Amino acid sequence: MSSRIELSHVGQTFWVRGDEDRQLREFVALDDLDLEIGAGEFVTVVGPSGCGKSTVLDLIAGLATPSAGRLTIDGVPITGPGLDRSVVFQQYTLLPWRTAAGNVEFALEARGGLTKRERATRAREYLDLVGLSEFAGRYPHELSGGMKQRVAIARSLSYEPQVLLMDEPFGALDAQTRERLQEELLGIWRRTGTTVVFITHDIDEAVFLGQRVAVMSARPGRISEVIAVDLDREAAAETDVRATRQFAEHRHHIWSLLRQQHAADTDPTRELAHV
Amino acid sequence: MSNLLDELTEARPNPRQEEAVRGRGVSLRRRKAATLSRGVAGLVALALIWELAPRLGLVDSYFIPPLHVVLDAWWSMVLDGELLRHVRASLARSAIGFGLAIAIAIPLGAVIAWYRPAREFFTPMLEVFRNTAALAILPVFMLLLGIGETSKIAIVLYACFFPILLSTITGVATVDPQLLRSARVLGLSPVATFRKVVFPAAVPTIFTGIRISGAAAILVLIAAEMIGATAGLGFLINYAQYNFLIPKMYAAILTTSAIGVAVNYGLIALERRFSRWRA
Repeated sequence: MSSRIELSHVGQTFWVRGDEDRQLREFVALDDLDLEIGAGEFVTVVGPSGCGKSTVLDLIAGLATPSAGRLTIDGVPITGPGLDRSVVFQQYTLLPWRTAAGNVEFALEARGGLTKRERATRAREYLDLVGLSEFAGRYPHELSGGMKQRVAIARSLSYEPQVLLMDEPFGALDAQTRERLQEELLGIWRRTGTTVVFITHDIDEAVFLGQRVAVMSARPGRISEVIAVDLDREAAAETDVRATRQFAEHRHHIWSLLRQQHAADTDPTRELAHV
Repeated sequence: MSNLLDELTEARPNPRQEEAVRGRGVSLRRRKAATLSRGVAGLVALALIWELAPRLGLVDSYFIPPLHVVLDAWWSMVLDGELLRHVRASLARSAIGFGLAIAIAIPLGAVIAWYRPAREFFTPMLEVFRNTAALAILPVFMLLLGIGETSKIAIVLYACFFPILLSTITGVATVDPQLLRSARVLGLSPVATFRKVVFPAAVPTIFTGIRISGAAAILVLIAAEMIGATAGLGFLINYAQYNFLIPKMYAAILTTSAIGVAVNYGLIALERRFSRWRA
């Protein structure tokens, strides 16, 4: 039910045209990035905006091919998208003309091998898993942001992928909904044992969710440090884990790392180079 | 009288409050019954003016007969089957032209939109065609196809074709890239992606073109029938005018309006049926 992911010396460059000089030039999004994610592990990737977090996710998803380096899942190179991986995007990406259940069934249709009735049953099961069984017949525009994202999560889990990739999935939600969904996600992860790679720019979210937090630096994007976070998250239902000293220390450590980078980034001599 | 500014800025519960009470905010000033009765009142007023103006001698009752005279003429044409014959001729031509336009333009538009070079090659050309009035081309069609049914169906086809084609191209080309990404993640084949994601997403946009075409199908045909035909509502209007059968002429005009309204509302209902998922 879970897979090991390995990224070694991964580089990604894009062609961009300068805003001012209209010159075509190379933009290095990722450079020599190494990251290893164990089977069944929950890893969060945190970094400043524009550091290439989403690019990392696109590469693991197989939506893009790297300019350099190697990405493997259980030792097998990634050549394209596959049903062993699923992605939850920040924008909910539900088909607006299908109901909640219909959206989950959409993924199952793509997977194939199930009858119509089996698909409907499976969709029910997974909507139940995210606590939305009552809303199976609703269209996306009749659901709140949090509900839509839960449907998207149910859809991603419905075909039982080995790896769940999440690209700032709770970024557009209000703070309370986000916290609730974070707790639910941990519960789902514990039950399914899926490997999760979770991208975020929110330090608290990264610390709360990740067994390990990979901190990224920008320009070029690479992993600057991987921090193991040891928290008793099962207690989150009763106690405020975010208020513990341990949590605060991890949070502060990551904050300092990102702040140092930011200071380096806004160094006036470098600023000139960017502009 | 409540104006647009008052109406649209009226205080109402926000979406989260609506969600909490599981209901929708209503405006007491905007009731359906009031909307309907005002609309009916407007139509009645128009009918009264038409009836009374000729009777009171405000207009020449020979050129604009009172409404009841027109309705009498209309009813007698219904009874003797004359109206049915012309309506049938017109509707058949419109429906064939319109149907052909839908059948050809939607698949063609989808293909053009799918391949970027094709889209860039065809779009300016299509804009030229769309902006060439269909009636301006009627003489060309008559030259090539004669004055029979073919040229009339062709002119309807021409008028309906471009709005549908261009709206299909727009609808397909502007599909939310995020939906396409999620289809790729699921490993959907291009054909399946088109069928399950792109086409359904484009349907509302395509329908805008279909509605424009529905109106055009009738307008253009009436004009074409005035120029060369032996049956059809356009022919009937022209024939009645030449022979000073003034009430008959108005009766035929009223019939075209009624058909136009019916087609438009029919297409709106169909559009709603297919775009129910939109907020």
